[in-house]
Amino acid sequence: MHADPKGVLTGVHFIDGDHACCEGTLAAGARFAAGYPITPSTEVVERFASRIPTIGGIFIQMEDELAASIAIQGAVWGGAKAFTVTSGPGFSLMMEHIGYAAITETPCVFIDVQRGGPSTGLPTLPAQADMMQARWGSHGDYGIVALCPNSPQECFDLAVTAFNLSEEFRVPVMMMLDECVGHMTEKVVIPEAESIAVTPRRYTKRPPAEYRPFEPMVDLVPEMVKAGDGYRFHVTGLTHDERGYPSMHGDTQDRMVRRLQDKLKPLANGRALCETEDLDDAEVVVVSYEITSRVAQRALQAARRQGIRAGKFRLVSAWPFPSARIRELAGRVKAFVVPELNLGQMALEVERAAQGKARTISVSHAGGTVHDPDTILEAILEAAR
Amino acid sequence: MNETTLEIPCEIPEDARNPVEPFLRMDRMPHIWCAGCGIGTTVNCFTRALLDSKANLDKVAVVSGIGCTGRVAGYARLDSFHTTHGRAIPFATGLKLANPELQVVVYSGDGDLFAIGGNHFIHAARRNMDLKVICVNNMIYAMTGGQTAPTTPGTAITATAPYGVSEPTFNLASLAEAAGASYVARWTTYHVKQLARSMEEVLKRKGFCFIEVLSPCPTLYQRRNKMGDGLDAMKDYKAKSKVRNGAPTGECALSMTGEIVVGKFVDRERPDYLELLRAQMTETLGDRYAEPEVSCCSEG
Amino acid sequence: MAKGFVAIMAERCKGCGFCVEFCPTRVLTLSSAFNSKGYHPPYPVAAEKCSGCDLCGMYCPDFAIFGGRHAR
Ligand SMILES: Cc1ncc(C[n+]2csc(CCOP(=O)(O)OP(=O)(O)O)c2C)c(N)n1
Ligand code: SF4
Ligand code: SF4
Ligand code: SF4
Ligand SMILES: [Mg+2]
Repeated sequence: MHADPKGVLTGVHFIDGDHACCEGTLAAGARFAAGYPITPSTEVVERFASRIPTIGGIFIQMEDELAASIAIQGAVWGGAKAFTVTSGPGFSLMMEHIGYAAITETPCVFIDVQRGGPSTGLPTLPAQADMMQARWGSHGDYGIVALCPNSPQECFDLAVTAFNLSEEFRVPVMMMLDECVGHMTEKVVIPEAESIAVTPRRYTKRPPAEYRPFEPMVDLVPEMVKAGDGYRFHVTGLTHDERGYPSMHGDTQDRMVRRLQDKLKPLANGRALCETEDLDDAEVVVVSYEITSRVAQRALQAARRQGIRAGKFRLVSAWPFPSARIRELAGRVKAFVVPELNLGQMALEVERAAQGKARTISVSHAGGTVHDPDTILEAILEAAR
Repeated sequence: MNETTLEIPCEIPEDARNPVEPFLRMDRMPHIWCAGCGIGTTVNCFTRALLDSKANLDKVAVVSGIGCTGRVAGYARLDSFHTTHGRAIPFATGLKLANPELQVVVYSGDGDLFAIGGNHFIHAARRNMDLKVICVNNMIYAMTGGQTAPTTPGTAITATAPYGVSEPTFNLASLAEAAGASYVARWTTYHVKQLARSMEEVLKRKGFCFIEVLSPCPTLYQRRNKMGDGLDAMKDYKAKSKVRNGAPTGECALSMTGEIVVGKFVDRERPDYLELLRAQMTETLGDRYAEPEVSCCSEG
Repeated sequence: MAKGFVAIMAERCKGCGFCVEFCPTRVLTLSSAFNSKGYHPPYPVAAEKCSGCDLCGMYCPDFAIFGGRHAR
């Protein structure tokens, strides 16, 4: 299926990451957004609010982020593709509903434009310190997907991908921008609608009598229905069986929770999204994402000019984490260098995946600005020694 | 003794069926509610209202929060959503806006709707979102063991106020009216006919409607306060309630032992959220305004 | 013959007594027998007075009783 031309602003634009993100959601078919204003993410819904009335859809500014993050899920069960947008404190408030989307397998997108924290922190300045929160912020075990654009163009492209993955796996997908990417203005090319692939919702073709709302298909993902179509189905945030009925048994819990993680395995392995360069003969690999990947690019070039065999591994999908790829690399490189605008979050994952076969050097930065490329270069030089 | 062996000295037609059954997920019975709990009684009234309103049941959705009352969603044989604590109203808001032909009923407890969810309640009322909110007010957080709710009347003993509640309560009817609700009524589980009629009325009506139902919680509210069992609460409702339709909501506050004013207090026409949205958008955008078509369809 | 009938699913009953108390014609009383959960279900002691109004059905929190009118 391809995009509905009504939402696609085909052409060449000069817009920032937040605006490009909004265009991506429209191209993906989102016709419902709920939000609550917060810097540096509000521009996404501001643009949506101005665009949607002539396309045919709804933006509602809710009373808080708790409301926004559950209103989108009501809309999804009413048949919409829907998303919400936030930053920092608002993302913290949404955590319970990321869990709700995970357990009810509600396809939806959360856009988080990261700023410095904790608490109110640095409202207008960048950080990448929500990466672990995105993965583990709600209580319990579950899986999510997190995508990490590093340019306005990618904000557009990955917003479409985010919706597509959320539909394919029936999972909440996080779009992890940072303030720099959100506010950076660059050329964004939006293609014709016909060349934008859009994943349709996995609506069941079974009649109500034969339909069981949480019965997994071969890929572990159940088929969906929406309210109003005569299925008289039940959705609950309690642990539930294949009928969707609450079940307080350990074995139901085990089956459900494992499936919520296992259904995402293809994304952890073969289908993990990443951008790599010069890995074949690399002795040092720089693992980075979002704005930091662009700063790291400078350091990588400088390192290569100095004769260091430095390779690049950019996380485009940070979650599920591409453990298998990192593990494979760990067997043949000396070290990983992980610069990030936090005190070492994804570095922990790299270290875990490397299983001690290669060193992991965290180049931490508390946020507010970006790294000095020389700091990353120094780490690369030290790693190659 | 089993389902059929109690011999009843009257002839029961073979095809006789409990009128609630078609509306319930009978495969989930027995339900979790205690002996003498009033929640089931409110459900009877709701099913009668569904029947009498001739609503198309495929187009009625129930949304609940968390609590004993929150379990209603799980028993109603409708499209039904058991959401998170306090957030039934914003979930219902999204559901309604995505599919406006649905009649969306929010069915939840006093703690859920007015403590953790209080902000959502007042904003949905302000927007006149087309939702029918039914609040089972047992004056307590029942599900979690009988802690103080914003509706627990002064001096009552609760699990978290072992020496008596000192905080003032919300008057829910007055709060709903002030926030902008189109329709506000209060009944008790004693008033089954009136409650069913109110529920029927709101099912046929647009706008944000609120029905408060006082309901016994013998297990957690009454026991601690030596107020007897469910039947004692019902008798108390009968003795203490006074029907005063149109009464100023400000005069209808509840207390632990005082009079219970019941009736339909507010019934006023206000354009609802979608009507207001459409009017504003057509005003500013004219022909460029596109009616929301929020639903996405599958391939093929 | 009575105008109405009352049907009781004794196993679902939790013995709250709502139906007995609020039957307008006082058709019911709680039986001395127990159901398997240990509750006393209602029993029609004056079945001939049943109007089939189904008020018992509207009150019963456990969906264990209902009334109906005989077709004539
Ligand atoms: C975020 C969150 N906080 C607390 C709880 C625990 N909790 C479950 S139900 C409930 C209170 C329910 O009270 P009420 O809405 O009056 O429902 P009732 O059980 O009385 O019908 C609480 C505090 C929860 N489930 N989620
Ligand atoms: S605890 Fe109270 S409200 Fe909950 S089921 Fe029992 S009686 Fe009803
Ligand atoms: S109202 Fe229902 S539960 Fe209560 S005594 Fe009568 S039949 Fe039993
Ligand atoms: S149907 Fe009416 S008259 Fe008959 S037992 Fe029930 S309440 Fe009493
Ligand atoms: Mg309560």
